Amino acid sequence: MASMHPTPSGTRDVLPDEMRELRAITDAMRQVFERHGYGEVWTPAIEYESVVGRLDGAGAGGGYRLFDDHGSVLRLRSDITVPIARVAATRYASTEPPLRFCSFAHVYRGVKPGRGQMREFLQAGVELIGSAGPDGTAEILTVLCEALEAAGLREYRIGIGDAGLYRALLGSVGVDAPTTDLILEALVVRDLVRLGVLVRGIGLDAATTALLLRVPQWRGGAEILDAVPEHVATDRLRAVHGAVPPEVARRLIFDLGLVRHLDYYTGAVFEVYDPAAGMPLGGGGRYDDLVGRFGRDLPAVGFAVDMNGLHIALAGEERGELPL
Amino acid sequence: MTGLTIAVPRGALMGDTLDLLDRLGIDTSEVRVNDRKLLFADVGIVTMRPSDVPIYVEAGAADIGITGKDVLLEHPERAVYELLDLGYGRCTMVLASVAGPDPGAEALRRLGVMRVATKYIRIARTYFEETGRQVELVEVKGSVELAPLTGMVDAIVDLTATGTTLRENGLVVREEICVATARLIANPVAHTLKAAAIDDVLKRLSAG
Repeated sequence: MASMHPTPSGTRDVLPDEMRELRAITDAMRQVFERHGYGEVWTPAIEYESVVGRLDGAGAGGGYRLFDDHGSVLRLRSDITVPIARVAATRYASTEPPLRFCSFAHVYRGVKPGRGQMREFLQAGVELIGSAGPDGTAEILTVLCEALEAAGLREYRIGIGDAGLYRALLGSVGVDAPTTDLILEALVVRDLVRLGVLVRGIGLDAATTALLLRVPQWRGGAEILDAVPEHVATDRLRAVHGAVPPEVARRLIFDLGLVRHLDYYTGAVFEVYDPAAGMPLGGGGRYDDLVGRFGRDLPAVGFAVDMNGLHIALAGEERGELPL
Repeated sequence: MTGLTIAVPRGALMGDTLDLLDRLGIDTSEVRVNDRKLLFADVGIVTMRPSDVPIYVEAGAADIGITGKDVLLEHPERAVYELLDLGYGRCTMVLASVAGPDPGAEALRRLGVMRVATKYIRIARTYFEETGRQVELVEVKGSVELAPLTGMVDAIVDLTATGTTLRENGLVVREEICVATARLIANPVAHTLKAAAIDDVLKRLSAG
């Protein structure tokens, strides 16, 4: 009988059979990233809390903090984007943009562990800094699709929305700021029942109310963008759709209710879905204000793929197992 | 047929849920007569206790599911989309204690802390934090009504439909915390990849 020497909850060992497969996937993806000019970086697993602050805390389900011997508060990184934003603003303070980086790194979150949800997990992250939308977004989506295909994934789709769309829509019909915040809180967790109660409570006319109830449930092709009487966010999405190559465009499913949890997103947001996996395999979006918080004002866009989730999806596709 | 796998809660919500699925044109007759079978692949139905529904839906083992709002409030960490209030299965989450002078209020006044038994630790904790009261929560799995009768706790937080069980055990409702009804939830991946099938279900449910 194996003796009791457990690893902490939400962590695990990777043994050679799995490691070989994981290595093959990461190598294939890294080649795609490098080919597109995304140089690989490593950043510390621990950062000063005072530097990364709570920037990455929002959707990350808590996090791990510790103290160093001077009493400074340190944080285990809970995503890759914030450290790379720091690298770009500090190590490349005067380099002509755009800057392209990729990283394969373990991130740490205080989630409740379950299948595909570990507290320590490996992410592949790619960030394009200094290239505004829609071209930057289109490039990132192209790299994402190529990397997933290089890894061997076949059936995946990309859900894409805009973090600012619903807020703009609420603003355009005169919804006040406190109510807007409450509604967006419900939208972020996709509690459409609560969103419905809040929207109906505003007292708008029937057509506007129907529109506000429809938009968070609206998924489909690019044609749905034309049906929404809002132009800033939908123009951004239309432009992205126009800028990606056809093999990427056919992977896109527009999802007007997609917001994602992290509050640093400023424009397009997207998630990777595969019918062989029950949970999103990763995602990303535009974060045009984040690098500026480290002192260099550059627009940026990026994504992160959960390597364990991707591995599960690949194995599922291989078995022809399509639970959904 | 919907082409979807649907998680159906056993227990109090089951009858109304099967009626609802009948209205969607799903043949639920086999589910109704079969008390022990859990998986009905022909009609895309899997049955389970209500608190397991978000777990199966989050993992993608079911595309959509029906469960009580009480379950969703107790497990906000489950990444599922909440699509529709189905209206049935209406229950109230209450704070109750033995009839007569309220032992909970008495404990709070004299001891500073009220002992409360519940199955709904998170809902109870949030409620008492919001109302600024110090409590010691005791998590129990079975009949919560027993806890105050034995003197183990001063009060309970529990779900009640008619209040009959509370009354029969000599307990009275002191405060109503929230109302829970049945909700339709969806897996985030299915919500996008099977949008047409899910929208069709929503449309027919809203029309019915």
